[in-house]
Amino acid sequence: MNWNRTFRVTSVFVVIFIAIFLSFPLNEKINLGLDLQGGSHVILECVDTPNAPVDNDAVIRVLEIIRSRIDQLGVSEPVIQRQGTRRILVQLPGVENPEAAVEIIGKTALLEFKDEAGVTQLTGAHLLDAKTNFDQFSRPIVLIEFDKIGAKEFGEATKSNVGKVLAITLDGKEISTPVVQEPILDGRAQITGKFTVESAKHLAILLRAGALPVQVEILENRSVGPTLGKDSISKGIKAGTIGLILVLVFMLIYYKGFGLVADFALVICMLLILGALAGIKATLTLPGIAGIILTIGMAVDANILIFERIKEELKLDKTFRASIDAGFSKAFRTIFDANVTTLIAALALFYFGSGPIKGFAVTLSIGILASMFTAIVVTKIILELVATKFSPKILV
Amino acid sequence: MDLIGKKQFDFVKNRKIVYLISLIIVLIGLTSIIFQGFNFGIDFAGGTLIQIDFNEAVSTAEVRKVLDSFNLGKSTIQSLHENENEFIVRTEGISVERGKELLSSFTKNLGELEVLRVETVGPVIGENLKKIALYALLFAFIGMVTYITVRFEFKFSIVSILALFYACIVVLGIFSLWGKEITIPILAAVLTIVGYSINNTIVILDRLRENIKFKTKETFENLINISINQSLYRTINTSLTTILPILALYFWGGSILSDFALALFIGMVAGTYSSIFIASPLLLGWNKIFKVQQRGVRIIGKKGSK
Repeated sequence: MNWNRTFRVTSVFVVIFIAIFLSFPLNEKINLGLDLQGGSHVILECVDTPNAPVDNDAVIRVLEIIRSRIDQLGVSEPVIQRQGTRRILVQLPGVENPEAAVEIIGKTALLEFKDEAGVTQLTGAHLLDAKTNFDQFSRPIVLIEFDKIGAKEFGEATKSNVGKVLAITLDGKEISTPVVQEPILDGRAQITGKFTVESAKHLAILLRAGALPVQVEILENRSVGPTLGKDSISKGIKAGTIGLILVLVFMLIYYKGFGLVADFALVICMLLILGALAGIKATLTLPGIAGIILTIGMAVDANILIFERIKEELKLDKTFRASIDAGFSKAFRTIFDANVTTLIAALALFYFGSGPIKGFAVTLSIGILASMFTAIVVTKIILELVATKFSPKILV
Repeated sequence: MDLIGKKQFDFVKNRKIVYLISLIIVLIGLTSIIFQGFNFGIDFAGGTLIQIDFNEAVSTAEVRKVLDSFNLGKSTIQSLHENENEFIVRTEGISVERGKELLSSFTKNLGELEVLRVETVGPVIGENLKKIALYALLFAFIGMVTYITVRFEFKFSIVSILALFYACIVVLGIFSLWGKEITIPILAAVLTIVGYSINNTIVILDRLRENIKFKTKETFENLINISINQSLYRTINTSLTTILPILALYFWGGSILSDFALALFIGMVAGTYSSIFIASPLLLGWNKIFKVQQRGVRIIGKKGSK
């Protein structure tokens, strides 16, 4: 064994070791996309209304309020990003009840107190706090507390409406129609609607975070429950395993000894893909899993090209070692050109893709690079080692 | 199982018939795409998709009844093979609140259910996406033409793109004819086929490039035939090893990926076919049209004539 080869063998072992170190245990090291772990992906757009045109300040305020709402929902690692001038991207991984979360994010949450004539007496702009509690019939209620200015306004509104209904509305919808018994001057009030514990909690969150200064529209909303995500993962693993076994068996039957070498290279290639995914902290999505499965098939391609070439060289009565060298050098350019063109398509996918498809483009690209590496480096080392001890008959 | 050299297939002799058949297939595909169009999924057309799993047996008609009460009679309802109580409902775009009402109405009328997936895409996003998809395809095509022109020759890039175009039209044509949904994953599949089919073509053309250099005595027609034959087992085996996992994905990968796998499968078959039968033989046509003398060998001349 010469130095050059010793060096290459060592590097391969180091690379494999790093890949294993980076990617195991898999469930801790690989980031799962929203489509696999469940959660919501929402794109909101701030829209103009006659009384509330959108400006930069309004969008910034909307971002803040939405962030505060999400924080209070208790979502870990949310993504809240401004996109362009008026759009806001919100991603809530692993959220329990995605639909409710999306509803909370998109609500304007304008709280108003209206008299019997429907005239707005005051709004929720001067709220200090909002809490959930239970009334004497243990029905969920929301307790609100105004700041100084709000307390004064509220005191006046209740004073002039004693014995009348002072309706409480949220975004124009009545949630409660209490009759004012006496003026309330301490700035505390309770909202008794037809709440469930959860809806009371959500209202309190909305009121604490405040109303959005402009109206927002939901342009896109993709929510996946946790069950579907888990199901997708287990199906992906099943399809991947079956696909892998089919390819391993095919290679073994058709290429025999060469096939065994290719199978070995394929398994290493898979390890490298997982290591790279974990190493660059890529997010694995469902299409990403499809990309890996697809790579299983494509990964052996470079090996097939090399083996076919070596077989041709052997037919020219060259020695085993010379055939390996000639086969590799002739196949290399083909592998390179063919894979670069495939990478161009993967690049286009990356550019075009939204979340999940980007994941597909990433796994596909990593797969192409990993398969080139294993074929050109790993396969070559193994074949060279075989050639030092055996005749080519062992392979074909 | 080594068959190389034992039998040589003539891929060039009957190329006119192959072209004719391919042309007919492309025309059928294009006609369907132009006149019938695509059944765009909510990714592109906008709308709402709800995937729910009922605890008890529920029929499509019962689901339809609830939808009708929400004036969503035009919705499509698909029950899944794996689980008959699981449905995918596609409707016009509905607000989050209305969606919630719809779901609670399902619960009230048809029993407890689990919400697996709710997706709503506005029309603006969809239109935008169509544009981006087109750009992505253009980007891929231009990138490949440039690369192949630099590494090979311009005419090589043109025949490769034509072979690609064929594979894409077959996939999109079949999806159009079948009325299958065009979603983001389907477009990803088409782009993958673009990348993959070019790979197959390049391997054959690369062989041709090499043969042009070393086998200067052969006619161009023979060179093409030799090149296709030399790469034939690789082309077929690689296609097989790629199709095996795709089949696994189709049968075991779940409902979300099955159409994606189907598109890939059709594309792989069409791409392999076009790499073998369309790409390199077209070079002969190119040389004839532009009166190119390939490597000093008479192109149209008979074997061995000089």
